[in-house]
Amino acid sequence: MSTGNTFLVLSAFLASGVEFVEALTIVLAAGLARGWRSALTGLGAATLVLAVTVAALGPALTVIPLQGLRLVVGGLLLVFGLQWLRKAILRASGYKALHDEDAIFARELADARGAAHLERGGVDWYGFTLAFKGVLLEGLEVVFIVLTFGSAQGSVPLAAVGAAAALVLVAGVGIAVRAPLARVPENWMKFAVGVMLTTFGIFWSAEGAGADWPGSDASLLGVLGFVVLSSILCVRLLQRERRSVLRTVEA
Amino acid sequence: MSRLAAFGRFWWDFVIGDDWVVAVLVVVAIGATAALAAAGVAAWWLLPLAVLAVLWLSLRRAIRSA
Repeated sequence: MSTGNTFLVLSAFLASGVEFVEALTIVLAAGLARGWRSALTGLGAATLVLAVTVAALGPALTVIPLQGLRLVVGGLLLVFGLQWLRKAILRASGYKALHDEDAIFARELADARGAAHLERGGVDWYGFTLAFKGVLLEGLEVVFIVLTFGSAQGSVPLAAVGAAAALVLVAGVGIAVRAPLARVPENWMKFAVGVMLTTFGIFWSAEGAGADWPGSDASLLGVLGFVVLSSILCVRLLQRERRSVLRTVEA
Repeated sequence: MSRLAAFGRFWWDFVIGDDWVVAVLVVVAIGATAALAAAGVAAWWLLPLAVLAVLWLSLRRAIRSA
């Protein structure tokens, strides 16, 4: 498998995995608080909407010229990836609270238990809506990742394989433990996803703009190294600055 | 209308996020890369450096507004 395709599967796996963990947290909260029938109906309905979205958007993307697609997708991924990377760096340097799946689960569960019961056709409306919205929103993000990564690299199926592997892993562990996946190092996964998205974003948008990378696909490794080192440098600089500010406040 | 607005807000939050300046600067950097490439100058180095500068600027903005 080429460097580009290996990166593609790995990126789709990591990025989709983060979204699946978040969707699982919401479905578990809906199921435990409002009953599994409502939560699973919401999950099924959202999956159906997502399948229709993929069927409608997937073929449309393949008719767009590859260079134009790489320019637009690369630009979008770059903006999107920098957003993830900025949050991950702020978390790693202590400027932002770490993402806590346990706390989010407890909050969703308390909200779901506190809401009034309204049943339609044997389905609790709150549980259905909670699971439906959660899966639809997180699922749309996965669809965006798979279609953009896949079409820009010229292989939507490979990106789908990465996402499917993440789905199987997260769903399997979720069913086995029926608890939020708090042990998944989500903050580090988000850091890795931010790095991958930014790397692909730089690579594709430069290619789409007409620049030629020395070494073609192999230069992805160089871009990856640059983004990793830049991110670590930012974390170190911000950590040092934060410690200095804290010392000044304490003095 | 409110559903349409919510749909638009979802995509804005999803793609643009908290700092719209990043999106603007990325578009400018891609435009500059395209201009260099069109002029026949090697342009691959520009985006990585621009991204590093944009990232640092955005981090400073996030810390200042916290």
